[in-house]
Amino acid sequence: MASAAPSKQAARTRARVTAETMAAGQRDISVSEFFAKNRHLLGFDNPRKALLTTVKEAVDNSLDACEEAGILPEITVKLEHLAHVDESRFRITIEDNGPGIVRQQIENIFGRLLYGSKFHRLKMSRGQQGIGISAAGMYGLMTTGKPMVIVSRSRRNKPAHRVTLAMDTTRNRPEVAEDVETEDFPPHTGTRVAIELEGRYTRGKTSIEEYLAQTAIANPHAQIVFIPPAKRPRDDEHQEGAALIDEEDALARKSLEAFDRTTQVGDAVVFPRTVDELPEEPREIKPHPRGVELGALMTMLKQTEQTQLGGFLTSSFSRVSSRVSQEIADKADLTTRTWVKTIGHAEAERLYKAIQKTRIQAPPTDCLAPIGVRQMLAGMFKGVRAEFYTASTRPPAVYRGNPFLIEAAVAFGGDLPAEEPARVLRFANRVPLLYQQSACSSFKAVVETSWRNYGLSQGKAALPQAPLVVMIHMASVWVPFTSESKEAIADYDEIRKEMRLALQECGRKLGTYLRKRQKIRREGQRRDVFARYIGEVSRALHTINPELDPAELYEQLKAVADAKTELADQQLDEDGRLRKRRELEDDAVVVDETYLQAAGDDEDEIEPSANGRRPSGASADAETDPDGADEESLFGN
Amino acid sequence: MARKKTSAKKAATKKVVKKVVRKAASAGATGPAAKKPPARRKGAEKKLPTRDKLVALSTDIARKAARGEDPFIDIPTRNLSNVAFNQRNRIIEMGDSTARRNFFDLGKAKKFMQTMLVASGASELIRQEKTTSIRDLFYHCKHTIEGTKENTFDDQSESDVIIEDLEVAIASLREELGLFAEPKGAMVGPMVIEDKGDTIDLERMGSGGYAVPSIVEADVIKFKRSKAKFVLLIEKGAVWRRFNEDRFWDKHGCLIVHGGGQPPRGVRRLLWRLHNELSLPVYVLVDNDPWGYYIYSVVKQGSISLAFESQRMAIPDARFVGMSSFDAKKFDIPPAVSIKVTDQDVRRAKEIKGYPWFAKKPWQREIDHMLKLGVKLELEALSAKDFSFITETYLPEKLRTEDFLD
Repeated sequence: MASAAPSKQAARTRARVTAETMAAGQRDISVSEFFAKNRHLLGFDNPRKALLTTVKEAVDNSLDACEEAGILPEITVKLEHLAHVDESRFRITIEDNGPGIVRQQIENIFGRLLYGSKFHRLKMSRGQQGIGISAAGMYGLMTTGKPMVIVSRSRRNKPAHRVTLAMDTTRNRPEVAEDVETEDFPPHTGTRVAIELEGRYTRGKTSIEEYLAQTAIANPHAQIVFIPPAKRPRDDEHQEGAALIDEEDALARKSLEAFDRTTQVGDAVVFPRTVDELPEEPREIKPHPRGVELGALMTMLKQTEQTQLGGFLTSSFSRVSSRVSQEIADKADLTTRTWVKTIGHAEAERLYKAIQKTRIQAPPTDCLAPIGVRQMLAGMFKGVRAEFYTASTRPPAVYRGNPFLIEAAVAFGGDLPAEEPARVLRFANRVPLLYQQSACSSFKAVVETSWRNYGLSQGKAALPQAPLVVMIHMASVWVPFTSESKEAIADYDEIRKEMRLALQECGRKLGTYLRKRQKIRREGQRRDVFARYIGEVSRALHTINPELDPAELYEQLKAVADAKTELADQQLDEDGRLRKRRELEDDAVVVDETYLQAAGDDEDEIEPSANGRRPSGASADAETDPDGADEESLFGN
Repeated sequence: MARKKTSAKKAATKKVVKKVVRKAASAGATGPAAKKPPARRKGAEKKLPTRDKLVALSTDIARKAARGEDPFIDIPTRNLSNVAFNQRNRIIEMGDSTARRNFFDLGKAKKFMQTMLVASGASELIRQEKTTSIRDLFYHCKHTIEGTKENTFDDQSESDVIIEDLEVAIASLREELGLFAEPKGAMVGPMVIEDKGDTIDLERMGSGGYAVPSIVEADVIKFKRSKAKFVLLIEKGAVWRRFNEDRFWDKHGCLIVHGGGQPPRGVRRLLWRLHNELSLPVYVLVDNDPWGYYIYSVVKQGSISLAFESQRMAIPDARFVGMSSFDAKKFDIPPAVSIKVTDQDVRRAKEIKGYPWFAKKPWQREIDHMLKLGVKLELEALSAKDFSFITETYLPEKLRTEDFLD
């Protein structure tokens, strides 16, 4: 803009371009081309993030597909470092046990941007725009020249298809390079995608592992296996798109079903399934009139098959009865019989205003599928080594006509670092959000909750300073993100308020637990104090009156002291040593401090090769990012 | 001190003998009447020897433990809320309120243990028929608790309080527990006494005077001969030395005593015996400040924290000779030597003014006047006029005009 004024003058003296010459350069911009140039919008800003985004998109798709098909998801993510080709060359392979994809759709789903089933409907799902996986394929193609390989079996008794897919970025059209039937796929239905791309493998807060760990927390019904790059480069490099898990591994995996916590088996990290039922299938709903903007309303008017306004309103929106449509029409100076075709911009604007002024019932909320308190507890228990867990699910609420629901969970104590600010795990429709924490509404909600009321220390406008992990989940048919890369939830008052309420609910339970714990500790200390003095007192009494037997006095006084500090006793001796889960209420889990020790011992007994309980220990040789190295992961260290 | 004492012992018998005989005899005559009040307290409670009381305490605790109860000792409260001024006897008496010290109460457990240790230390002393200082007992009871890094006592101030607790709890005096405080205070005057069998002439004590011991009971100190007409208690040792050097006691026929600030129990008890057994009036000379007032009131009515000993220590007939806040004007003392009162002084003065035993008009006027002037005076301030102004002019004048406060 700043250069507009001088150029005007210049244009007069020497005509540089004419409308005609400009027109020659004006043409369609393909979406693929647009995104190739603006890949940061999709989360492919740098090699490190590209790896993560690719995994994220594929896993999201797999989970969505499995759930829609009613299958308990089993997902394997394998990351290979193709160092023999290039130091920055990686191959990501993701395999699921989902419904598979019919042959004809494979190239559309993986080869075209903005193609999918999720964009056109108002339904709670992980992916929303249908950009993700094809963008990942495109990124791979651009950085390595290698097409992606898709193997999918959509019917149990039919062979799987193996499709090698390149992409014409100018025309937004897929190009199939190879298409064969193959037996190289497990006997169930499912899809395997392999993408070769340029990337950088790191550990820490924004790593693949962290992403999968958090995904596992929010999706306790899914089993996820992560195979990080091998410690030593192997000679028998995997065939592109070949089966990921051999017989032996499958067997090992089977034995893991006994676990309910994240475990390492050989090179692989297993995030086990801890809940055996699928989340309820969310229902699709029609938009609520209040959630529609003027432009969208006009588009809907243009696209509707209804001819009259009344019919349009009742059929296109939820919660609009004929009485409500009458009211809207009246307020807009129209009638329910007004022909839709005759509605121009002015009328549409009146209609839009009328909608805002009419009392309309809140949208239906059965379209939301919360994770659920029990499931969140199982998820947190699996991924976070703490001593206390609690969770809460808020009733559904509405922002701008979109129903949403907030859930929160907290884990406290145990192995969590005490001297650091609490960690916030953010989820939108069960998808972890790893970037732009401070821009996120949920982060703000955690900060503005006064945790001091619940016995934690917290600075002004800061996260609480405590061994604490806070999880916030927003479920909605349309999660308002601050940007296309879906990294932070936009700040709506209604949303932030619900988040705060959910956190407060968890905080209160945590506070109760902490007070109780404090009391137990105090009792323990009390007992110590008494025990220390009993010897002194019984000896002194013996000195005053030699007839008194000091040993007998000691025993008697000890008995009184023990009775006085009974509470400490009860808590210490309850249950067996191994599994000390104690239900405080239905919505909280307490793990005794002794459990962590005991559990560690036991894991070793069952599986001697399990050298650590922490998935972050999985790939000791993984390239560590200079700035990512000191970011701690969810599991500490 | 010890050396002086032995030299004094030999000198004692020479001169004084003739002088004192008659006075002592007459004093003995009035003695019995004055002895009455302490006899009352010793009555019912004190029949049991201290040793038996300690044993009773231990059996009581053992019995409670055997029954599965939380053992405790009831300790009479020693603060302003639990003392009352007995208008008739004009002394401060301890009330009935007690604080229960449980063993199995987190805030009291350590003190309970400490009380038991002090009690056991005392019972050892009694058994071995020894006496010792409270500091000594502190070291006797101080050790590290087995298996910990915690000491039974960290500071003598802890054990001193426990000793007082035990005294009131079993109604035995410190002396009966075989304990005494570090002695301080000195005395000279026209009198011969016997201390543990040694005869001491209090006129021949040199510049240091006779160090008043902690235990001054009749079995330790006997009054042999006296020609003293009154006793003068002086707040500070330094001023007392001026009186001694100027031989005030000789000129005025009195005993001069100091207690190094707040007089210890030994000095107070000795004053009490001099007053009650020899019918000697007691005059108190202190600084003109709230602390001086309080020292006087402790001598006269007893102290709040040792209210249980008022009966055998308080001298309700004691008189305040100075310094009064009115003295500055009367004696034309230059304003330069007065000290401005601090906030703390004002607070303490108001507190004292509220005590019932300061309720008399003259005292209210005295305190109000000090607050009004906003200054306090030390005894040494009188030296602004002359070094011996206090002994040659000030006090003789006060005594002559009977310018006292009651």
